[in-house]
Amino acid sequence: MTFFFQLFVTGLALGMMYALIAIGFVIIFKCSQAFNIAQGQIVMLGAYFGYTFLMPLRLPVWIAIIASIGVGVVMGLVIERLALRPLLGQPALAIVMMTIALAGVMDGIAIMGWGGNYVTYHDVLPELTLKLGAVSVPPSSLLGLIVSVIVVAILMFIFRYTKIGLAMRATAEDEQVTRSLGIKATMVYALVWVIACVVGVVGGVLLGGVSGVSPPLSEIGLKALAVVILGGLDSIGGAILAGVMLGILENLAAGYLDPLMPSGGGLAGVFPFIIMLAVLILKPHGLFGLKRIERV
Amino acid sequence: MIRLPSGTYAQDYGQDAALVRTKANWAFLAIVIVFVFTIPQWASNSFLALSTVIGITIISAHGLNILTGNCGLVSLGHSGFMMVGGYALAILCAKGGLPFWLALPISGLMAGVVGIIFGLPSLRIKGFYLIMATVAAYFIIHWLVLQFRSLTGGTEGLRVPSPDLFGLSLKDRAHYFYFVMVLVVIATIVAKNILRTRAGRAFVAIRDNDLAAEVMGVNLFSYKLQAFFIGNVFAGIAGGLSVQYYLYANVEQFPFFDSVWLLGMLIVGGMGSVSGAIYGAIAIKLLQQLATKIGPPLADLVNPQAAVGLGLILPSLAIILFLIFAPRGISHIWERLRNYYQAWPF
Repeated sequence: MTFFFQLFVTGLALGMMYALIAIGFVIIFKCSQAFNIAQGQIVMLGAYFGYTFLMPLRLPVWIAIIASIGVGVVMGLVIERLALRPLLGQPALAIVMMTIALAGVMDGIAIMGWGGNYVTYHDVLPELTLKLGAVSVPPSSLLGLIVSVIVVAILMFIFRYTKIGLAMRATAEDEQVTRSLGIKATMVYALVWVIACVVGVVGGVLLGGVSGVSPPLSEIGLKALAVVILGGLDSIGGAILAGVMLGILENLAAGYLDPLMPSGGGLAGVFPFIIMLAVLILKPHGLFGLKRIERV
Repeated sequence: MIRLPSGTYAQDYGQDAALVRTKANWAFLAIVIVFVFTIPQWASNSFLALSTVIGITIISAHGLNILTGNCGLVSLGHSGFMMVGGYALAILCAKGGLPFWLALPISGLMAGVVGIIFGLPSLRIKGFYLIMATVAAYFIIHWLVLQFRSLTGGTEGLRVPSPDLFGLSLKDRAHYFYFVMVLVVIATIVAKNILRTRAGRAFVAIRDNDLAAEVMGVNLFSYKLQAFFIGNVFAGIAGGLSVQYYLYANVEQFPFFDSVWLLGMLIVGGMGSVSGAIYGAIAIKLLQQLATKIGPPLADLVNPQAAVGLGLILPSLAIILFLIFAPRGISHIWERLRNYYQAWPF
């Protein structure tokens, strides 16, 4: 039973990481109908920036967090203005390709800038550990949990009670009508990208502090897409729930099924994709996604 | 649509159906073919290797062009289907002892059949969801290849005997290059002609508006699966050629990002255009080659991994710039230039 719980808890940590990436994706999709495949790379770059701020520069943690928020804002503005704005009105494929290419550029930047090495900054962030009986909850799942709860609370508040949140929801519904009502859709898009990048970068700093950074962190971004599909493309709550579910299921599958596989298993790498394919075939809109009816 | 210069008319059906119409076209084509087929005579070994790889990539890009550029089914799993073809060829040649000329078409068919299996969801899902399904396809194929170690050799890969064609050995790099180039020419003609068949026109109808196509009597399910089959047969043959070129099958040979570059080739070259797939494949491959050339000098300046980073950044930047400034790709730029020249005084 301890084995089960240990798998469960480490799965929870992984799931929180998935959820964090998935949230960024969902925010952007919700407001601009753009699919952002580069979200995993944003988290990875955030973690590398966290390393730079905390290790070579030796900034205090709080200043590092504020600096990384600044990085996120700049990153969001640059991406939106230079890459996505010129594509307004282009087919969805162009936008998907754009974010894939952005992912390539960001991977390249990580390799050029930090050598693509595995770096850690373990003991800089405050320690958080919790023991439940014989099972120790890893700090990453606690951090992930705290960050995602804060992020979701802030987002819920913005979406529900502020004017800009209303503008975002309206833009998500119908861009042309929103524009004719005098809301600057381009500003909404810029803001959405800034929010997604800030969430990604800050999350990356915290997660990098717990589990280290290396370019494969961006591959987790691909698996996080499975989370998004499972949770529904436009549901923030769905993203978190699906992230946790998939993280735990993946770990359980790896723990229990890998020994049964002919050569070693490695089921953890492929399990989210199997789930994703199943969801796509059986329930393409995910668990909580809005089902759009296509009209001619 | 083929735009003809003023004064060129089709006087019989043969002329109307011909792919190459004017004398200038023939001359241009002849120059390109002579240039390509004399490469082994004057080029260095590294340039010959690069040209062979470009040729293999062109075949694969033709397949993706039919699937994505013409039928509108975006696939990010093309590299996975190349892997299927490559491993099918490796297993057939190394373990089954089949001759190369027989194993190559079979590996193409295998990739096509696997493509049909993963194409099955395409009736219900499209757009981003389909992209995700093909991403899943890539990772599932990758995992399966690593799992069946007794058949595929797992992470160690599989050695393949050197190819021969009816007793004629293709061991020499130059001979293999000729063989690949002949296949490139055949693949180009096939790709060009498929688009003019009933199925090809159905693909374009599905891309432009699938609901309208269905109402007009195009069987969506059958034609989408046909597109998956045809596109992935090209991928499988390209994968087989690639394995045979390196005499070695390994999963590292078909990384996930290759699918991205293949889609990028279509964007850079021009979606849906057969010549565009060729331009795009050449452009992206040359950019990657450029990265390996200017990477090492940069390595002292930045860090030892500079070439790897540049290899990601340069093609990605090309895709981004083309998406913003020339979304219809090189083939459209070339067409505009030609039209400008043909109608010059005006």
